[in-house]
Order: sequence, then structure tokens, then C-alpha cells
Amino acid sequence: MPINYYILLSVALFCIGIVGVLTRRNAIIIFMCIELMLNAVNLLLVAFSKMHHLKAAATNAAATAGSDGQLFVFFIMVVAAAEVSVGLAIIVMMYRNIHSVDINFLNRLKH
Amino acid sequence: MNNVLNIAYWIPLLPFIGFLINGLGRKHLSKTATGIIGSGVILGAFVLSIWVFLQVKGGNTHDAHYFDFISVGKLNIPFSFKIDQLSSLFLLIITGVGFLIHVYSTAYMHEEKPEHFGRYFAYLNLFVFSMLLLVMGGNFVIMFIGWEGVGLCSYLLIGFWFKNQEYNKAANKAFIMNRIGDLAFLIAIFWIIAKVGSVNYTDVFSAAGLAKLKAADVVIVTILLFVGATGKSAQIPLYTWLPDAMAGPTPVSALIHAATMVTAGIYMIARCNVLYSLDAAEITRNIIAYIGLATALLAASIALKQNDIKKVLAYSTVSQLGFMFLALGCGAYTAAVFHVMTHAFFKALLFLGSGSVIHAMGGDQDIRNMGGLSKKLKITYITFLIGCIAIAGIFPFSGFFSKDAILLSVYLKSPVLYGIALFAALLTAFYMFRLFFLTFTGKFRGTHDQEHHLHESPAAMTIPLMILAVLSVIGGFVGIPAVIAEGGDKLGAFLSPVIAAAHGEAHAVSHSTEYMLMGLSTVLVLIMIVFAWFRFKNYQRTEATGLGKVLENKWYVDELYDKVIVQPLHRFGGFLKNIVENKVVDGMVNAVGKGVNYGSRQLRLLQSGQVGNYVLLMVLGMIVLLAIQFFIRK
Repeated sequence: MPINYYILLSVALFCIGIVGVLTRRNAIIIFMCIELMLNAVNLLLVAFSKMHHLKAAATNAAATAGSDGQLFVFFIMVVAAAEVSVGLAIIVMMYRNIHSVDINFLNRLKH
Repeated sequence: MNNVLNIAYWIPLLPFIGFLINGLGRKHLSKTATGIIGSGVILGAFVLSIWVFLQVKGGNTHDAHYFDFISVGKLNIPFSFKIDQLSSLFLLIITGVGFLIHVYSTAYMHEEKPEHFGRYFAYLNLFVFSMLLLVMGGNFVIMFIGWEGVGLCSYLLIGFWFKNQEYNKAANKAFIMNRIGDLAFLIAIFWIIAKVGSVNYTDVFSAAGLAKLKAADVVIVTILLFVGATGKSAQIPLYTWLPDAMAGPTPVSALIHAATMVTAGIYMIARCNVLYSLDAAEITRNIIAYIGLATALLAASIALKQNDIKKVLAYSTVSQLGFMFLALGCGAYTAAVFHVMTHAFFKALLFLGSGSVIHAMGGDQDIRNMGGLSKKLKITYITFLIGCIAIAGIFPFSGFFSKDAILLSVYLKSPVLYGIALFAALLTAFYMFRLFFLTFTGKFRGTHDQEHHLHESPAAMTIPLMILAVLSVIGGFVGIPAVIAEGGDKLGAFLSPVIAAAHGEAHAVSHSTEYMLMGLSTVLVLIMIVFAWFRFKNYQRTEATGLGKVLENKWYVDELYDKVIVQPLHRFGGFLKNIVENKVVDGMVNAVGKGVNYGSRQLRLLQSGQVGNYVLLMVLGMIVLLAIQFFIRK
């Protein structure tokens, strides 16, 4: 499959994720959209990794070509996991104070 | 060089010291002390000037170099004095007549408070200092320093009684009109520096210096220098300040506006005679001659109808200066300098005499209120008469010889111009004797109190009058033309090293023509005097009409200048002040402030405090960066 399809899919997922972060009011939904963005990036990285592997198929380095892309995916997953745990903890704290997960209440940065 | 003339710097230094002492100590010195110091330094300068003159007569001329004044790049302007025949002659005139006027002032100004008396003498001394710098300067820059200094002192002295706003306006007028001429003078100096590379007289007037000036340069420089001279010496179009300058004390009018400052222009052109004698400068010479003649005629016509004794003398000065410039324009530099000398004597005499009259009349200067003063003011009467005869130019008084020399040079240039110049000379005789007859003869026309107040002036005023009268009589004998006495032109011979072609003038016409010209002018002048006697014997005061009214109002020249130059300048100034200054300049400055205010108000809205907005902005920023990365930075 031409790599364009994978890139387009990844970009589409990324844009949906961005729009979601910007427009949604519920904090948990925003987190889901962030996850969506991260996974879109993962998809992109894996696609490129495969592309490089296929390109280097004829030469000797064919065995390990494109493995750095897949390696980076693991890093991103780890970071996503850590971030989610911290983020959800903050949302729980927020809920305990204002009994809502609506982000429009977060406007104290101005005073 | 260790030339004995190096001590000539004491000549201007003494008046400068007098200025410092009288100026700084004016609140502490008594009037006697001020008078003695003020006059004493001038006497000292006069004695030194006599010594310098005798040295120069013996052949010892000198360029005294004192120190480097301005030294930048290739241009070196030294502070140097050029002591030669021309400057030593002027030194004598300035210090001699100046001393007499200082002595006269001690009596004339005796009603002033000591503080103002001291201020007066300080200004007078500063003036003499500046004038001496002017004539002794060895290059154009030192002359310009003196030039500006005399202009300044003229302003200070005209506005001496500063509480009167009219006098202040007259002082302003004098200074501003002078400045216009000074601008031309400055441009001429810059031009000379650009073309010749030096301002020293010896460099500019040497053959090498002249070679660096092309024909166009010569014309431009000579015309610019002449415009400077018109400002200082009151020629058309910059003459209207001089009659108004009569607002100053009478001794000031005598010294500054008759004998010395106004002759600075003639000195300058005489000093630059080498430049003006070049063939390329012929057009300038013509301009000078025509303007001089026009001024002489115009001022003489105005003087016919003036009723203030000092204004008549002021216009007479303008007219006589016109004669001197006419002589310069015809190439007769010696005749012009001769007339400067004789004019200094008889004009100072006339002014001081008028001061004596004003003193006797208790401050009234209107000749329509005078008459018959000869009975009570005998010395003033006789000396004034001598002055009038001298200015009319009757043999053997001094005015005859100098005026005759001028008229002869004009005749050599063009008989038509001679006719016009002769007519102006006749007008001179007429208005001077009109002044004389109206003031001193006939019945007294003033008030009873004035009649009782009439008295002859004290000795400090009459002795200078007598000395000047003697000089007016014998002063012409240094320049007797060759037709009357061979070798009698001592002045011409004296000045010949400085003034090129000082001798060739008189030999271009036959002796009989010269006798005829002399006789013609003398006879016509005598006829004019008799005519004036009959006309003003029984003077009735009448309103002026027609041409007389125009003359009395000075041909409305002041009003013309006001309409054409002063009012538009005022309006322009008002426009600049109200519109450009308030709206444009202030507007621009305020706009910066207002812009910052507006921008900050808009930028403040970015800080909404809502996290969502901040995330949006982050995303937008990232998009911009991506766009730059992919589309602009290839």
C-alpha cells in the first residue's frame, strides 16, 4: 500500500485530535483526544519505519533498517501512559474542588 | 619676526580692557571714573595708532601673526593683524574721532544713572574694539569677527534706552538687516576657502591665489562681498535700518552710524580692491556704481523733506555712503577712502552739533520747532555751519576735495552718471542748508519754556565740536588733486602700495576739463545754497502734499518691506507654530504614545485566563511555524 494512505490517515487522526482538544469542554474527553494525537503520531512513525525497511530491502542493512521508528513508538507509549496517570490525578483533584470536569471553570490564570 | 609693530595688539586690547572694567564694574564705579577709563583707553589707542601710522609712513608694514585661531585639515586660519597703509589710516580715524566722541558722551549722557553710564561706555569701548579688529584683521575671518562685533554693539547701543519698545524694535531691525548681509559675507568666505584654500589677504590677493579663481568665482565672490557691504553700509536694499537707528543716543549715531561702522563696507571693498580690479569683476563694479548712485539719489530725495534733525543727517549719511560706493564702482578706491575720512570728520561734527542742539532744546528733535538758535548757541552754530559747508563741498573745505575726486572718477566712467551724481550732490547742499537755516536762523518757533531753556553746551561737548570743525576745514589738504598742486595727493601716494592704480585716475582728462568740472560743481552748489536761503528764510509750517508727502514718508519703502517681507514671514511663522508645530510634530509624538496605548489594549485581550484559549494559541503558533518551515524556508 502506498505510504500516502498511512500518512493521510495519521494526519486526519491528528487533526481530529487537535480539534477535539480545542473544542471539547469535558476534561476527560480532552485527554482522550490527546491520546488520539499521540497514537496518530505512533501510526506515522510505524509507517515510515516500514517504508525505510522496504527501501533498504536489497542491501545488507536490510535486517535492521527502519527499526529506530518502531523504537521511538515505545517511548511515546511510555510517555503517554505516564502523562495519563498524572493528568487523571489532576482531574480527580479538580473534581473534588468544583464538582465538575468542565474546563470553563479554569480561568483563574488572569488574576 | 620681531618687528616692532608686533605690539600693535595693544591698540584693540586697550578698549577691550576698558569694556571689561566698565562693564563688570558698572555698579561700583562713579561716573567720573567710568568716563575717564572709557575715554582714556581710547586716547591710549589713539596715541599708539599715531605711532603705528608714523611707522607705516616710514615704510614699515607688517603682518603680525599671534596664534593659530582655527587649524583643521588643510585650512589654517591664524589670528593675525595686517598693519599697512590702509589699516593704519583707518586706525587713526577710528581712534581719533572715537576719542572725541567719548569725551563728548561724558557730558551728553550725564543725566544717566552711574550703572547705565557704565553700561554705555562699556558698549562704546566694545564697539571700538570690534571696529579695530575689523580694520586690522589680516584675514577675512578676523574681519568677520569684528564685523559681527560692531553689528552687535550697534544693536546694544541703539536699544540703549531699552525701556522704550520702539527703540528695541529699531535695534532689532538694524541687527536683522545686518545679518542678511552677513550671510552673503559668510558665503563669500566659504567660497574663497573652497577655491583658494586660505583666507589670508596675502594668500588670496597674491597672483597664485587669484589664479585659482575662475571668472565665475570672481564675480560671485565680489557680488557676495558687496551684498555684505550693503547690509553694513546701508545701501539699497538694506538701508532702512539706519534712519531708525537714530533712536540711539546722539554720540552713538555720530560714532557708529556716521564715522565708523557704516564705513566698514567701504573698507572691505577697498581692502579687496585687487579682486574688484580684475577684468572679470567688471559687472560687479557696474552693479556697485549703479546701486551707490541710486542710493545717493534716493536718500538725498528723502532728506529733503525730513523734519527730525537726526533723520536728515541719517539720510545724508546713507547718501554720502552711496557716493563712496559709486567711487568704488568706478575704480576710484582712494577717492572713496578719502571721502570716508572727510565724511567721518564733518558727519561726526554735524551729529555732535545736532546733539548739542537737542540738548539745548531739552530733547526736542523737530526742526519745525527750532529757529534762531544762532543767538544762544554760538559755538554750535559756527561749527555746524562749517560742517554744512564741508558736506556741500565748497573749496577749500575737506568735502570739496573728496567729493571732487569722486565726481571726477564718475565723469571718467560716464558723463551721464556724472550728471546724476552732480544732481545728488546739489541735493546734498540743498537739504543740508535747509536743515541749517531752519535750525539756526529766523525766528524761534518752539514753546516759551524751551526758549528759556536754550543754552550753549558745556566744554566737554563744544571742544570736540571745535576740533572736528578744524579737521573738516583742513582735512582735505592731504588729497589735493594734481591739477591744483602737483604732488599734492599725499593720500593717494600713501595708499598706493595697497591700492592698485591709485595714481592713474586723474591723468585721463585734461586739466581744463578738470577745472571746468570743479568750477561747475562749486558754482551750482553755491546757487543751491542761495536758493535754500531764499526758500527757508521765512519758513511757514505747512502740510506736505503730493511728491513732498511721498518723500516725507520715505517713498513708503518701509511699508513696502513690511507688506512684502515682514508680514509674509510672520504669517509663515504663525503657520509653522500653529499648524506644523501643534498638529504635525506634536501629532507625530502623540501618535506614538497613542499607538502604544492602543496596541497594548488589544494585546491585553490575549490574556483571557482561559486555558482553552492558550491551547488554541499554541496550536496556531505551531501551524505558523510549520508553514514557515515548509513553504518559506526552502
